[in-house]
Amino acid sequence: MRIGGEGPIGRGRRIGFTFDGRAYQGLAGDTLASALLANGVRVMGRSFKYHRPRGVMTAGSEEPNALVTVGRGGLQEPNLRATQLELHEGLAARSQNRWPSLTFDILALNDLASPFFGAGFYYKTFMWPRAFWERVYEPMIRRAAGLGALSGAPSDLRVEKAWAHCDLLVIGAGPAGLMAALTAARAGADVIIADEDTRPGGRLNAETIEVDGVPGRDWAAEITAELSGMDNVRVMTRTTVTGAYDGGTYGALERLAPEVAARPGAPRECFWRIVARRAVLAAGALERPIAFANNDRPGVMMAGAVRAYVNRWCVSPGRSVAVFGNNSDAHRTVADLLAAGVHVSALIDARHDATCSLDVPFYPGAQVSNAHGRCGLEAVSILTPSGEEKIEAECLAMSGGWNPSVHLTCHMNGRPDWREDIAAFVPRPGAVPGLVAAGVARGDFSTRACLQGGVAAAREALTALGRTAPEIDIPGAEDSRYDITPIWSVPGRGRAWLDFQNDVTVKDVRLAAQENFRSVEHMKRYTTQGMAPDQGKNSNVNALAVLADATGRAIAETGTTTFRPPYVPVSIAAMGVGGRGKGFAPQRLTTSHELSVARGAPMIEAGLWYRPSYFPAPGESHWRQSCDREVLMVRNAVGVTDVSTLGKIDIQGPDAAALLDLVYANTFSTLKPGRVRYGLMLREDGHVMDDGTTARLGENQYLMTTTTAAAGLVMRHLEFVHQCLRPDWDVRMVSVTENWAQFAIAGPKSAELLNGLLDAPVADADWPFMSCGPVSVGGVGARLFRISFSGERGYELAVPARYGEALFRELVARAEPLGGGPYGMEALNVLRIEKGFITHAEIHGRTTAFDIGMGGMVSKAKDCIGKAAAARPGLSGEEREQLVGLKPVGTVKMLVPGAHLFEEGAEAVSDNSQGYITSAAFSPTLGHFLGLGFLRNGRARHGQRVRMVDHLKGVVAICEVQDPVQYDRDGGRMRG
Amino acid sequence: MRITCPICGERDRREFYYVGDAVALERPDADAPPEAWHGYIHLRDNPCGVTRDLWYHEQGCAAWLVVTRNTATHEVLGVALASDEKGEAR
Repeated sequence: MRIGGEGPIGRGRRIGFTFDGRAYQGLAGDTLASALLANGVRVMGRSFKYHRPRGVMTAGSEEPNALVTVGRGGLQEPNLRATQLELHEGLAARSQNRWPSLTFDILALNDLASPFFGAGFYYKTFMWPRAFWERVYEPMIRRAAGLGALSGAPSDLRVEKAWAHCDLLVIGAGPAGLMAALTAARAGADVIIADEDTRPGGRLNAETIEVDGVPGRDWAAEITAELSGMDNVRVMTRTTVTGAYDGGTYGALERLAPEVAARPGAPRECFWRIVARRAVLAAGALERPIAFANNDRPGVMMAGAVRAYVNRWCVSPGRSVAVFGNNSDAHRTVADLLAAGVHVSALIDARHDATCSLDVPFYPGAQVSNAHGRCGLEAVSILTPSGEEKIEAECLAMSGGWNPSVHLTCHMNGRPDWREDIAAFVPRPGAVPGLVAAGVARGDFSTRACLQGGVAAAREALTALGRTAPEIDIPGAEDSRYDITPIWSVPGRGRAWLDFQNDVTVKDVRLAAQENFRSVEHMKRYTTQGMAPDQGKNSNVNALAVLADATGRAIAETGTTTFRPPYVPVSIAAMGVGGRGKGFAPQRLTTSHELSVARGAPMIEAGLWYRPSYFPAPGESHWRQSCDREVLMVRNAVGVTDVSTLGKIDIQGPDAAALLDLVYANTFSTLKPGRVRYGLMLREDGHVMDDGTTARLGENQYLMTTTTAAAGLVMRHLEFVHQCLRPDWDVRMVSVTENWAQFAIAGPKSAELLNGLLDAPVADADWPFMSCGPVSVGGVGARLFRISFSGERGYELAVPARYGEALFRELVARAEPLGGGPYGMEALNVLRIEKGFITHAEIHGRTTAFDIGMGGMVSKAKDCIGKAAAARPGLSGEEREQLVGLKPVGTVKMLVPGAHLFEEGAEAVSDNSQGYITSAAFSPTLGHFLGLGFLRNGRARHGQRVRMVDHLKGVVAICEVQDPVQYDRDGGRMRG
Repeated sequence: MRITCPICGERDRREFYYVGDAVALERPDADAPPEAWHGYIHLRDNPCGVTRDLWYHEQGCAAWLVVTRNTATHEVLGVALASDEKGEAR
């Protein structure tokens, strides 16, 4: 319930929200957890395995119990911690892992069966029959156990990513972090200070501590105001630093304030990568629970959280509160409760020598042994030196001590050190290069020590940055000693929880040890302790202390499991933001794209490019109709297609010819300016990398064409050969793929089309096959290449990309009166298969120049990349599968790419495979199917028959082996 | 991971394309024995410690770089232009 008090929340405006459909009111500044507590709601969740009713336990990102779901469909977000969820108008949160309702949950029956559900239960029970595991047991278990669920709809959550750079990253904005940031900022360093809370201050927001004579939270606000006013400082609230990575790179998840996230187009979260030259870890500490029977009852909370709810949110978590601790914080809790007017029914201090000056029933040397009240704490049993007692309480504030937040210092394989005097792990210095810990995170518990530690850490960073630290007065603050007597679990009957989120008890850890899972890593995996979304923040140290006890070892010797990023759960949507859809595969569009789409062409992906599949004419209802028409159009009249997607690399310099001779298997230094040559490029291992035509535009200038798919690869390869093998050569290269729009004009009427268009007509005498040169189109300088990928007389006309759309429009308009028109990828593919021209379907990375019948192109007169390796035995000869053409000659007239080839009488099993089909299409020119493929010793087998079997499609066809060039073998049509 | 490109300055590793051991710089002569080519094409050490890698600043200046780093500590010990390294070797 809400109580009076000094907390800033008291002035907040009212906010309406719902939880499980019921309407409540809270105040601005509330979290969902504080608002629910203020409304007397005690059960906020159900546990993972036993479906036990659970209440909120903490006030921070480590919360294991109060997990809720918000949103529906693509906006559904499960497992949000109510302790971090900022209250806003219209918030509709739902509880999880319960049916039919949070207060009555059928699967709570699991709790009664708990004697059977101990560690390793699944491993031992669902062994047999084996086939049942996937089909029966696992689905059943998954339904019964769990936390929140996704909706199954694609995520519509808006998330962004961003980079930031700074001299000093300060992680955590408590007293240590604020002093570190202030010191570095006043020295002129670029500072980012990040804190996961909505307001800087850390524990100062939750305590009644004074700093510099004013309330701690006011001091924190003052320092924050100074920092926010400086140009060299960025104060990032709601930002959890999630991981430490190589080179001073840190991941951070920023949650935007609800009112900001609600703006149109605004993201919900932003995932940051922060590059910091130095970092200070001032992440504070997490309070640890104490294991005793039924310590998971709603109302059993961390003492620090109780102080936060009372002091910051003016909420009492119960009408009467008992406090149980093993350190001085228990007394601080009682004092705060009394000051806020909350009834304290007992102070139970496990330390035998403890004394108390407060006016409450005091039980030194006592321990809480049990908690009563299924859906909300009613009383606790305590063991005192004089016997057992029962004390009424609606809330138990417990403190088993504090664990410094060492997590980030362990992300690069570091291990923390055990400090006996504070019974906690502390960061090992130097575990993350450039990062130092300060304040509580380093094991310095008093406020004064934190303030000092922050300044000292900043000084160290400034020295490393070559800056001079300014003189800074350390503000006055409490400097009390942290006194603790470790206590991990209270002996007794009943289940005592260690890992609240994964339902792991003391008994489970002891059982693991008993069954010889003695290593902390084995225990973790056997019991699932520390494997829930909180990653063991509340349970790791306790669990390994219990394990140490069960195995008779010291805690330091037992060691910790490995802390890995992220520190808090980060959705895949946030971590992979930008990697979906067009972010994953950007669209590259040609200049003719819109015109193609306007003509109804379906666009297909070619790498990142989009190319027209075919151009449907009126009356055509099937792609084959369009494709067949386009093929015959090119063969009989003229066709136009966009070939701009092929890679174009401009290579210039006195040594350009030498470079090409090295990267191509064949020779280019002998090519005359104004001429074009087909080139074959090998990898150094002797297999074919790519092919294409290269034109010599001038004495020292070549224009290389690559396949669409390999454009980037070839560019990288050329730079490699130049920079890494022959940096002495005077040559430079640049990709001009996107600078030029290039169109193939193919067919017997191609010259007629061109001559109506070019400013000066081209005559065959000046423009023989494989020639190139400058031309002019409407006054625009263009390049013309007489090359052909169709087998017909053909030209490729290139203009600066800004004229591409206009040129395509003009070419198509002039082609149509000639009986021509545009053609797409389907027809282009048929035309090249008819001619036996290869693509990456054939040069797929495992074929050699010999295999594709181009062994003779590998020049004997010069070295080239791949020449030595291609000469190895086994990469040529009869045993190789060689490129052949295929046509069906049996009753089945269809060929299927991917199908394997067998001897006619042989069984169609892999051992008998003689080769496979790489490309196949119906040839309207020849009136039957055609294929290209690889067949063992295929060049010697022209005229023979083989059997094609496609086991997937169930197609079997008898084919005749023939030359890959199945149309116009002597090339007369192409040469014209 | 951060790589300091000698031309562009310190950049995130996402700007670079990784190919592997800098042994690729030492291409054998055309008439070298098969063992030399086998070693050049196929054999790579997998050291725990200092290694020299080739990285390509594909989203930057297109420079090929020789990055000396420690595979155990992830420390980057030095970055040089491959053309400079190669130039000195020749």
